Amino acid sequence: MSKSDPTAPKRLALIASKGTLDWAYPPFILASAAGAMGWEVGVFFTFYGLTLLKPELTAAVSPLGNPAMPMKMPFGPEGFQNINWSMPNLLMANVPGFESVATSLMKQTFKNKGVASVEELRQACLDMDVRMIGCQMTMDVFGFKREDFINECEIGGAAMFLEYAADADVQLFV
Amino acid sequence: MTDVIIKEDLVLDCSGMLCPMPVVKTSKAMKELQSGQILKMIATDPGAPPDMEAWSRQTGNELLRSMTEDSKFVFFLLKK
Repeated sequence: MSKSDPTAPKRLALIASKGTLDWAYPPFILASAAGAMGWEVGVFFTFYGLTLLKPELTAAVSPLGNPAMPMKMPFGPEGFQNINWSMPNLLMANVPGFESVATSLMKQTFKNKGVASVEELRQACLDMDVRMIGCQMTMDVFGFKREDFINECEIGGAAMFLEYAADADVQLFV
Repeated sequence: MTDVIIKEDLVLDCSGMLCPMPVVKTSKAMKELQSGQILKMIATDPGAPPDMEAWSRQTGNELLRSMTEDSKFVFFLLKK
């Protein structure tokens, strides 16, 4: 299939369907990198991904039910930092605050390594005019209102996104 | 070719930053330059060399030189 306008810049169409801290990264990284290359970018935020359009990002992460997630400490000597701590499910599921500890450990590790925060990446996307489309159906299902989300986003449905994606060179579901 | 001295118009230090920030910051810095001017970008991210080559191809801003200096990656980019 060819694009309806062959002279248009390359276009990336992404679906962001997950709202945890680990899964918040891929759509914002890809969108900002594509924007930096002069591509047009549109991201459709649906289901749990919709919360990534809230003004305050509260994305968290839990190693519970996430068995491939490395558990590493962001402090201490290098040998200590490289230890992958195996956490028993019983501990992860029952210790209050475990998720917030895991979230702050991941945020600190990312910061130490020089990874931008999700907030910075989202702002970089907005600065490069990345289109952010919130899913109307998800809003209705979870009881969100337009004002729960950042002003810069649009609200739309599957047909609106598909029309945009039909003219894209790269389409990805995250 | 590497003995020819390239004079940059702007320096951007992305040391310590990981993907995609070197590309994002480079794109932003290039907007401040006029056509024909040169940006020198410094990075420590081992992913930067292939990323900057791709960025150059995609944006049409020529990568004049890519080199390693004091264990850092240095790129000279010509604004198209």
